[in-house]
Amino acid sequence: MRAIVTVVGRDRVGIIAEVSALLSRSGVNILDITQTVLQDYFTMAMLVDTSGCPKPFAELADELDARASEMGVSIRIQREDIFDAMHKI
Amino acid sequence: MLNINEILETNEMINRQHLDIRTVTMGISLRDCAGEDAVRVAGKIYDKVTKKAENLVKIGGEIEREFGIPIVNKRVSVTPISLVAESCDTEDYTIFAEALDRAAHEIGVNFVGGFTALVHKGFTVGDTRLIRSIPRALAETERVCASVNVATTRAGINMDAVRLMGEIIKESAELTAATGGFACAKLVVFANAVEDNPFMAGAFHGVGEPECVINVGVSGPGVVKVALEAAKGQPFDVVADTIKKTAFRVTRMGQLVAREASLRLGVPFGIVDLSLAPTPAAGDSVADILEEMGLTSVGAHGTTAALALLNDAVKKGGVMASSHVGGLSGAFIPVSEDAGMIRAVQSGVLTIEKLEAMTCVCSVGLDMIAVPGDTPASTLSAIIADEAAIGVVNNKTTAVRVIPAPGRVVGDIVDLGGLLGTAPVMPVSGGGSADFIARGGRIPAPLHSLRN
Repeated sequence: MRAIVTVVGRDRVGIIAEVSALLSRSGVNILDITQTVLQDYFTMAMLVDTSGCPKPFAELADELDARASEMGVSIRIQREDIFDAMHKI
Repeated sequence: MLNINEILETNEMINRQHLDIRTVTMGISLRDCAGEDAVRVAGKIYDKVTKKAENLVKIGGEIEREFGIPIVNKRVSVTPISLVAESCDTEDYTIFAEALDRAAHEIGVNFVGGFTALVHKGFTVGDTRLIRSIPRALAETERVCASVNVATTRAGINMDAVRLMGEIIKESAELTAATGGFACAKLVVFANAVEDNPFMAGAFHGVGEPECVINVGVSGPGVVKVALEAAKGQPFDVVADTIKKTAFRVTRMGQLVAREASLRLGVPFGIVDLSLAPTPAAGDSVADILEEMGLTSVGAHGTTAALALLNDAVKKGGVMASSHVGGLSGAFIPVSEDAGMIRAVQSGVLTIEKLEAMTCVCSVGLDMIAVPGDTPASTLSAIIADEAAIGVVNNKTTAVRVIPAPGRVVGDIVDLGGLLGTAPVMPVSGGGSADFIARGGRIPAPLHSLRN
C-alpha cells in the first residue's frame, strides 16, 4: 500500500534521519521525499510503500505517533488515495 | 510526484477546517423479520441488525485511521418499522424500538433510524399503531430515531397525519420534559422523504432499497467558508465556482470512503449525500458561509438568495465527484447544531419566518428549532402543514424537527447535548390555527404532480 508520511515541526538537526530510521526498521520503503521550511517550521512529505511492513497500518501509525511526541513534531501517515481523490480528476 | 502544497492543504482542511465524513450509514432491510409474534419479531430485528452491522464501527475506525479522516458517526437505518411490525399481535410498537436500541448499543452506533411510517396518502393499521407508539418509544430508548412522511408532491398533504403529528410531538416533549423535550430531537416529520438518506434523525431504509447498503454523508461547511475567504468582494460567479470546486473535493473524499467501506464490509455502495451539515463546533457552520458572502448576520435580507446559491453550487460541484448521489444533498440549517444560527436567533435577526423562507431553497426544513412549551399542538401541526406545502409545491424534501420545550419560554436555552447542540427557544406566530388543523382530510396534489 502506498502512503504519505507528513512531518511538521520546528526545524532542527536530524528529523529526516530519525523518521527514516523508524520507517526502515518497520520495513517501509521510501519512494520519494519532498521538504520545505515554512516560517521556521520544517515540513516534509514522503511517499512510502508499506507492503514490506509486517505490522498492521494502525500499529505503524501508533508508533509514528509515539515517536512524534518524543521528537516534538507531528507525524501523520495516510493512504495516498485520499490526496489523489481530493486533487486529481 | 509529490505535491507538498496539496498534501498540506488536505491536512489543513481536516485538522483546522473540520473536514470530515459526517456519517457512514448502513441501511438494512428488516422485511424478512415480519411475523405475528411481537416478541419473536423483536428478537429477529435485534439479531439481524447486530449481525449485519457487527463490523461497521470497527471497519469505520480502520478507514478513519488509514486515510487520516474522521468519520464522526457510524449509524444504521432500517426498513420502516410500521411495515415490519404490521402483522404483529400488538398495539404498542415500543418493543421494536427497544430491540433497535439494544442492537445500537451492542454494535456501538450512536443512532438507528427507521421507527418510521409513510402516511402521505393515508394510514394502515400498522402506521397508526407506530405513530401512537412514537412518544413512548422515543422516551424509553436512547438511540432510536423516528420519522413520519405526511406528504408527497404526487399524493398531496395528509392533513389528518399533520394534525396527529402535532399532538405526537407535544406528547413526546411532555414525556421527556426533564431533558427539555429531548425526544422531539429524534423525531422528524417529512414531506417527500427520501429512501436513502444517511442523516439522522430522518434516515430509514426505503422499500426500493436492496437487502443491505452503505450510504455516506459528507460534510465541510468550514472548508467552504475558508475557500470563500479567498474570494472576498468578488462577484457571485466566482463565489459559485469556488463553492463548486470545494464541494467536488469534499465529495471525492466521501466517494473514496464509501467505496472502501462498501468493499470491506462486503455490502453494496448506495449513494453519497452531498449535504453540508454543520456542527456546534466553532468554524463548522453553514451560517458562517452565508455571512462570508457579505451578510452581517444570517437572517438579514439576502439570506435566502445566499442559501439558494450555496445549495445549488454544492450539488453542481458534488455531482461529478460521485458515481451515485442521493439522500438529501444540499445545505442543512439546523438551528441548534450551528453556532452561527444560534447567534443570529439570539440577536433577533433570524426568525422562524425567515427560516421558513430559507427552507424553500435548501435541502431540508425547519430543523432543530425549540419553541415555547405552551405552543398548542394545532400550531405545531400548522408549522408542519406550511413546510409540507413548500415541499410539495417545490418538488423537494422538507422536514420539521421542532421541540416544544416543556416549561420553557422565549429566550430560554434548551441544551440537547453533543452534536444536537443547544436550541434558543424561538417565538411562534401569535395567531391561532386550531380550526384550520381541525378540518383534516387531504390537501390535493398540485397540478404539476401530473407528469405522465
